[in-house]
Amino acid sequence: MVAFYCFASIAVVASLLVVAQRNPVYSVLLLIASFGALSGLYVLLEAPFAAVTQIIVYAGAIMVLFLFVVMLLNAPHEDTEEDLDRVRRVSGAATRLQRGPLWFGALLTAAFTVELVWALGREATLVSAFTRPAVSSVAAIGAVLFTEFAFAFEVTSVLILVAIVGAVVLARRETRERSPGVRPTGKV
Amino acid sequence: MPSLTDYLVLSAILFAIGTAGVFVRRNLITILLSIEIMLNAVNLSFVAFGRAFGTVDGQIIVFFVMTVAAAEAAVGLAIVIALFRHRESLNPEAFTTLRG
Repeated sequence: MVAFYCFASIAVVASLLVVAQRNPVYSVLLLIASFGALSGLYVLLEAPFAAVTQIIVYAGAIMVLFLFVVMLLNAPHEDTEEDLDRVRRVSGAATRLQRGPLWFGALLTAAFTVELVWALGREATLVSAFTRPAVSSVAAIGAVLFTEFAFAFEVTSVLILVAIVGAVVLARRETRERSPGVRPTGKV
Repeated sequence: MPSLTDYLVLSAILFAIGTAGVFVRRNLITILLSIEIMLNAVNLSFVAFGRAFGTVDGQIIVFFVMTVAAAEAAVGLAIVIALFRHRESLNPEAFTTLRG
């Protein structure tokens, strides 16, 4: 129980700081801490495969990708004068800080949390502690993954391929200058 | 021992934090990070339910969610890079060309 509360508080505090931080680099690093705490929770739930995948795939690959992009772009922090200046320049309108939607969003989220926790708390009498034995071996996971979920697994590989192609096409720098009125035909 | 409800409440709180991030922040990268927080909250409830029912299905779905999250992050970040190249800003307010 102590471990659960430790990991849970780390995850919640780190996630809150991710949202509260102005510097995206700190946000990404705090999110990695949050993922580490979640991985600890997976260990408590006797799901070591999920815990290790969380660290390797999320903290190791996805977050490094985020960090790379943050450092590559080197954008100004949000809502600073420099940032708003750039927005004004591209949109042509006199943009200023709008707090209305922000408070609406925060209020909506608070209501959402209260409702979810209330709904779950009502069912507390129905749901007891974990009584069934845990199935956690990688062999069991693999056996089910490659039989029952084989089709989904194959579809996943196609999804990854599409994502790779899409990312390359989207992020590619256009080398040829487009002449007015003539559409380049070889462009993807 | 923490029960299933404890995990579900934690998952709900994390999901709400992610939702708040999407609404409150005006930085495309932080919005993508908030989406990752939400995906992880859902993952946590999947694993907790899988543990409660004594099956591996929860962990397998977590595997798929992680794959989709990786694809989403790759494409999303590519779009962010392309947008930044055009507008030199990550503020969503800068991308309102299609707004009526």
